[in-house]
Amino acid sequence: MSEEQPTDGEQVSADRGRLSRRRMLGLTGTGAAVGAATFAGGLGIGRATAAEPAAPPTGTSRTYPFYDAHQAGIVTPAQDRLHFAAFDVTTTSREELVTLLQAWSLAAAEMTQGRPAQAEETSYDSPAADTGEADGLPASGLTLTFGFGPSLFRDAQGKDRFGIADRQPKELKRLPHFPSDNLNPVRSDGDLCVQACADDPQVAVHAIRNLSRIAFGTAEIRWSQLGFGRTSSTSKAQTTPRNLFGFKDGTANLKAEDTKDVDTHVWVGGQDDPAAAWMTGGSFLVTRRINMHIETWDRTSLREQENIIGRDRPHGAPLSGGTEFSEPNFTATGRAKEPLIAMDSHVRLAHPTTNKGAAMLRRGYNFTDGNDALGRLDAGLFFLAYVRRPSTQYIPMQMRMSREDTMMEYVQHTGSALFAVPPGAKQGGYIGQNLFT
Amino acid sequence: MSRRTLSLAVAALVAVGLSGCTSNEPTKDSSSGSGKLAVSSTTDKCELSTKEAPAGNLVFNVTNKGTKVTEFYLLGEDGLRIVGEVENIAPGLSRDLVVRAPAGKYFTACKPGMVGKGIRSDFTVTKSDANLEPTGDDKVLADNASTQYGSYVKDQTEQLLTQTTTFVGLYKSGKDDEARKLYADARMHWERVEPVAESFGDLDPKMDLREADLEPGQKWTGWHRIEKDLWPPKSGYTKLTPTERTTIADQLLKDTKTLYTRTRTAKYPTDKISNGSKELMDEVATGKVTGEEEKWSHTDLWDFQANVDGARIGFEGVRPIVKKKNAALDSSIATKFTALQKLLDKHKKGTGFKLYNELTPAEIKELSTGVNALSEPLSKLTAAVTL
Ligand SMILES: [Cu+2]
Repeated sequence: MSEEQPTDGEQVSADRGRLSRRRMLGLTGTGAAVGAATFAGGLGIGRATAAEPAAPPTGTSRTYPFYDAHQAGIVTPAQDRLHFAAFDVTTTSREELVTLLQAWSLAAAEMTQGRPAQAEETSYDSPAADTGEADGLPASGLTLTFGFGPSLFRDAQGKDRFGIADRQPKELKRLPHFPSDNLNPVRSDGDLCVQACADDPQVAVHAIRNLSRIAFGTAEIRWSQLGFGRTSSTSKAQTTPRNLFGFKDGTANLKAEDTKDVDTHVWVGGQDDPAAAWMTGGSFLVTRRINMHIETWDRTSLREQENIIGRDRPHGAPLSGGTEFSEPNFTATGRAKEPLIAMDSHVRLAHPTTNKGAAMLRRGYNFTDGNDALGRLDAGLFFLAYVRRPSTQYIPMQMRMSREDTMMEYVQHTGSALFAVPPGAKQGGYIGQNLFT
Repeated sequence: MSRRTLSLAVAALVAVGLSGCTSNEPTKDSSSGSGKLAVSSTTDKCELSTKEAPAGNLVFNVTNKGTKVTEFYLLGEDGLRIVGEVENIAPGLSRDLVVRAPAGKYFTACKPGMVGKGIRSDFTVTKSDANLEPTGDDKVLADNASTQYGSYVKDQTEQLLTQTTTFVGLYKSGKDDEARKLYADARMHWERVEPVAESFGDLDPKMDLREADLEPGQKWTGWHRIEKDLWPPKSGYTKLTPTERTTIADQLLKDTKTLYTRTRTAKYPTDKISNGSKELMDEVATGKVTGEEEKWSHTDLWDFQANVDGARIGFEGVRPIVKKKNAALDSSIATKFTALQKLLDKHKKGTGFKLYNELTPAEIKELSTGVNALSEPLSKLTAAVTL
């Protein structure tokens, strides 16, 4: 390991010799002496050579702090790519579980800043500490968000697994069966979850791969999902994206800038659940894998598609008129006094005004996992939503949608999970610390 | 069972009929040149980019620049006959009205607030080489299609009632073997006219709900409830008592009678018929070809055949119209119906079919491909018959 220090004054980690990928890129880019060559013994040479940028990186250099009051990846402006993973904890030892969360937190703090997951020096004859596929790529706005499933607290028989059952939030239960659910158990639930969002898919995949590697022996991946296009805006600075049905999605989403709404609808308050006070500043994450019957949707007339959604396709304006951001007018009627926005349209059923004011922060992603055995696209929306109280915000709304939403004809929910997402970690601390101390 | 609900079907019924159809793809150039005529509707004005167009398919791109919900009409020379209309254009939105107009004098009208005679102007369609059919003939063809389809629905619901009566009788008296034998055949009459049954939103869930689609606390009745009792899972299932059987069976018969009564007088505009055909094939694509519909009896191929029958009858009813307006589409749909039927025929067994769980993955895939091949042109049928 070289003692050589970077010379361009950029802030680096206190850990000796730990070099950011951005730094390496910068060094090579500016033609500076390749001090990084000795990065990890002989391995460094290969790395430095590989870091010569052949093509411009796809990601961005933006970074979000890992240590914060709330976890990043919730109100953070939704990045374009996702790799989400749910884990089963395989150990029975509380200590090992805590050690995993500590190791994950450290690795997450590094990777979100564009550095390798682990920087321990390794011998040339042992596997590299970091898997390497993100070397040379910028941080790409990576956020890593961790959550705990109900099964982490109690096993199927209701037995306390790690001495934390009395702290299980009362809101953290398996989601109920919704009408027309066709859930695949191997795509549902899980003890732990990690949401990796980034502007570059390789960065997101790298993060999950390394966290999963760190977890071997303690936890293993139960299921994971790649997403390639965000389907909602979480910031006013973002344009509204389209889902695979071709419609703008997330127009009426909660936005990070509306801090009062976010406090009301997203963050768990100190008084919400005294037994689970460790959740203060955290949130609950609902994940649903929603397959879309793409082929039948594509054969549906635009008239019907728009009536189902309740918005026009070109601009995303509500069928009651205006522009994309006009509030839908549910009382507006047209011919024969029929409502302009159909009673069973998606917009009407999902709107806060028809759900007792319940709102949520969605940050879902489009997905396509190739095709199924019948040659149909295995594609849809991986729905992610953060709420303060699933029992009043998500569950009643989904119950109604499953029952009344005409869009249900074109979708099928194939995966489902609920996680408690603790508040952010303090510098030097770890995710979920309050739960275990 | 489809999850499509009542109001959609109702929406299809009140949608524009033969006279015109609308679409609203984003318009790149709505002023001229692209064949689109721009219409700007405000509170007190109705401005068209041109007062004249050659005969053929006219596309009016109507933008509501006013503050009230508006409509746009193309009226005949008498100012009464509606050649085409597009309704419910909210402020800020734009819609396309597509009409096939022969040469002649017309009126255009915007109707802000949807009341009164509207803001009218003269509009002229000049002679062109486009081949246009007289609307009078089309109307006769449409009426014929409607009458034929109505008779078909009546016939099927009549047979459904007869067979359901026998079926519930067998089931109630514990003659399970005979009931199982009749189950798939009786259901075929239901599946043939399913879009019609579905248009009565209160009946479909009671009669054809699958267990997976149940809501918490919802009572499970209908065909699939009985299906599970006749083909019970190996473990963890308690068979219904004779009293419970009677309740479920009587309910199904009662609902069937209601369906029967309602279909004596129901009317079927051509777009409803053609959409029904498409919906039936969508049903096959999402439920039958995946074996989800008949989870316990595995008689999905009977439903499959019945859905295809229903779709084909619907298509045949409107065929004279399609033949005139889009011969290529007509022959494409017809060819694909034949091909799909051939695929189904391969799985015939005695008077019925193989069970779904006797099909190989390759055979299922082949059927699915056949369904897609047919569904694609079929999805263009409604536009073809209404334009
Ligand atoms: Cu059905």
